[in-house]
Amino acid sequence: MKEKRILRTLFWTFFKIGGFTFGGGYAMIPLIEREVVDTHHWVSREEILDILAVAQSLPGAIAINSSTLIGYKMAGKTGALISTLGMILPSFLIILLIATVFSAFQENEWVRTAFVGIRAAVVGLIAIAGYNMFKAAVKDMIGVGILVATLILLFLLDVHPILLLIGGAGFGILLYSLFPEKRRGS
Amino acid sequence: MMILELFWIFFKIGLFSFGGGYAMIPLIQNEIVSRGWLTAEGFANIVGIAEMTPGPIAINMATFVGYKTIGVFGSVGATLGVALPSILLILLVSKVFFTYQKHPLKKGLFYGMRPVIVGLILSAAYFIAETSLFIVKPGEWSGHYLANIDWVSVGIALLTVLGMRKLKLHPILLLGIGGAVRIGFKLLGL
Repeated sequence: MKEKRILRTLFWTFFKIGGFTFGGGYAMIPLIEREVVDTHHWVSREEILDILAVAQSLPGAIAINSSTLIGYKMAGKTGALISTLGMILPSFLIILLIATVFSAFQENEWVRTAFVGIRAAVVGLIAIAGYNMFKAAVKDMIGVGILVATLILLFLLDVHPILLLIGGAGFGILLYSLFPEKRRGS
Repeated sequence: MMILELFWIFFKIGLFSFGGGYAMIPLIQNEIVSRGWLTAEGFANIVGIAEMTPGPIAINMATFVGYKTIGVFGSVGATLGVALPSILLILLVSKVFFTYQKHPLKKGLFYGMRPVIVGLILSAAYFIAETSLFIVKPGEWSGHYLANIDWVSVGIALLTVLGMRKLKLHPILLLGIGGAVRIGFKLLGL
């Protein structure tokens, strides 16, 4: 019985976070912290910092990683699946609804006009995301070099993005293995 | 069979995207737009909608792209595909991640990979700019490229950057303003 109650609480907690947070995974971090630490006392504040750090370094959506990790910790594999389902379901349903409505109205002149403006704003938002990431990620000339190499390989040689990610990761690991003294610097 | 292909594409995207939803944009662009399953403009619209609706941006994009390519089953396939790598990694090897969270080579991995992510996000901005800041599609330019620039759109993009950086406005508000400005210009007959 107790097990069932935990699963239900996990599901609704993540359903609520997924259904009411705008701005994606990063915007959810403070909400997840509040729900999981302050409201339900599932993990300590220290532990949640660890969990969220791992969630951000795993591949995939940060929101999914967080809900799966917390669900897994609380109630094993079933907990992980139930929590993640709770996180995904609101998005899935809302987007299906919007997609259906949007498909019916996308040829409308006013909708088209609004989206010309929205697309222009999207360019600004992504540029800002790139700039913020640049400030956080590129710490020295080697970083600049990797960035320039990425742009050249991407635009001039059409190299697949996944190969570039693997290449960058491999280069970083190689660099840190060959020059362990660099570790102290960062 | 397209649903399996879609699932597999989003599985790959889920497995190789680090740093949240924005980092996924160039991967989706590369896989979906280059296959001709969506136009660049259609994909840019989806990015805008994914930003304006609640929930993880990655899931929003996957569900919408799936719907646009093969309908509801496409949504299911793409969404499962993008979430599954996370779930599998955590169920199978999350202990390893907690143990090695502070390992020096993990630092090295991210040291080398994060500038690549910056490059990918910048390329996403470039590709969306190409379809959003010009009057006609890139292949149909006539004359000098300056003659094809949509200055109202460039203004909206700059306004968005200023609104985020200086006024700390919410992205959804800025997307709304972008749409409203464009409608305002149309009402004025410009």
